[in-house]
Amino acid sequence: MTEEIIIAGFGGQGVLSMGKILGYSGISQGQEVSWMPSYGPEMRGGTSNVTVIISDERISSPILANFDTAIILNQQSMDKFESSVKPGGTLLYDPNGISIPPKRKDINIYKIEATNLATELGNTKVFNMLMLGAYLKIKPIVKMENVIAGLKKSIPERNHHLLPLNQKAIDKGMESVQKV
Amino acid sequence: MEKELRLMKGNEAVAEAAIRSGADAYFGYPITPQSEVLEHLMLEKPHERTGMVVLQAESEVSAINMVYGAAGCGRMVMTSSSSPGISLKQEGISYIAGAELPCLILNVVRGGPGLGTIQPAQSDYFQSTKGGGHGDYRLIVLAPASVQEMYDFVELGFNLAFKYRNPVMIQSDGIIGQMMEKLEIGPQKQRRSAEEIAKQCPWATVGKPENRERNIITSLDLVSARQEQHNHKLQAKYKEIQEKEVRYELINCDDAEYIIVSYGSSARLSMKAMDILRAKGVKVGILRLITLFPYPTKIIQELTPKVKGFLAVEMSCGQMVEDLRLAVEFKKPVEHFGRVGGMVPSPEEIVEALEQKIIGG
Repeated sequence: MTEEIIIAGFGGQGVLSMGKILGYSGISQGQEVSWMPSYGPEMRGGTSNVTVIISDERISSPILANFDTAIILNQQSMDKFESSVKPGGTLLYDPNGISIPPKRKDINIYKIEATNLATELGNTKVFNMLMLGAYLKIKPIVKMENVIAGLKKSIPERNHHLLPLNQKAIDKGMESVQKV
Repeated sequence: MEKELRLMKGNEAVAEAAIRSGADAYFGYPITPQSEVLEHLMLEKPHERTGMVVLQAESEVSAINMVYGAAGCGRMVMTSSSSPGISLKQEGISYIAGAELPCLILNVVRGGPGLGTIQPAQSDYFQSTKGGGHGDYRLIVLAPASVQEMYDFVELGFNLAFKYRNPVMIQSDGIIGQMMEKLEIGPQKQRRSAEEIAKQCPWATVGKPENRERNIITSLDLVSARQEQHNHKLQAKYKEIQEKEVRYELINCDDAEYIIVSYGSSARLSMKAMDILRAKGVKVGILRLITLFPYPTKIIQELTPKVKGFLAVEMSCGQMVEDLRLAVEFKKPVEHFGRVGGMVPSPEEIVEALEQKIIGG
């Protein structure tokens, strides 16, 4: 099994940490992982993306032009990465902030109202966990127990009281994802 | 004992490896894309863990001269920077090579020339392998292609540096430095005691006992005949390194008709290209260089009669390819492919380059 994922959105949306949690989840179940961020003069509000690869085998290139899954969090990223999903691949997005929805017919498209749901849960910062839950519902590549282990390793100990809220957001994301 | 696995950036892995391999000191100055080395060291407070000294110097020039001083005392010492900062360090590196001192230097290469860009490149190959500073000298140059190798090459680098009393460079790039991968961490090693250092490094300036002459650390000798002798001694050492320390990895070369010669992040991109080409039935293998100096000339000469051509893939306008051409001696076609200025080639572009330049050429 090899899953090649791009997660793309605004800086501050939790793009990089979502990738990190996925990466730690893969390690927790004995897989190889790579996590390659776009780096540069970036800041909150600017665009940010990360390529995450989880595989049973040695990972070749950490940088890719085509992906099995794209998790898209803003319009700029939709413009840039819709065409990079492999035929038959998966595109997951939050319609909030997307003015031009994806048009491709040869890929599986899913959406989740993650921004609104995060507000309902009372903490907009769990937005990325809603997206992660939605993704794991579509592609259960890592077991939930390993996701929780990954969360524990990614979140500093002083914030471990937020683990139940994060888990709740993942569950909510799993329930709320819709096929387009 | 259960293995300790972490998800870490390449830069952080180097810093953690320095602490765990029992290094005595790190001197550096921040620059993208390698600032996480100093950041991780500051965060981990190694002085409390092992007594290791970590200092942000006032400049790169200052940092390399602190390395020179500590190395002269037989200490396990390192510095890190990225391309423009490494250029600033060249005078000090030349002095350290001339004085025959061990140290470790990490270059997380970014695109140049000049301040260039902060994005990844491999355009410092000439600087790393052909001298860099003035005078006839060589560094041992290691090229990690994964976060694990970033970690492992720190201890390997220190071992080689002390074995040959020679500066060792790890030439990485923005991709390997910035990406996170699964990393297996080794146990904490004790730093050597002052007595152990005095015993292991009889040349070091650690205080003169009654029973020996004083040790002098210098690269200066104004007596030309002696300076010539010193140069011959250095060259003999580099020859020994070329004979004994070549490291490389062969991937799918047994039945290969075409060979991609590459290193570091480019080798990772090339592995993906190889998978695409193999799926099309093209027999491609990869020679991944682990040491850039010494260059694996011998294995290339063994492969040359068996293959139809070589493609050097590197993120430069064509530097490593020159050593490849020297090794192949024009017996088979040798071409180069690379993107530069911080642009990273896609695996598909490497596929296209091999098909057009070597197979179709």
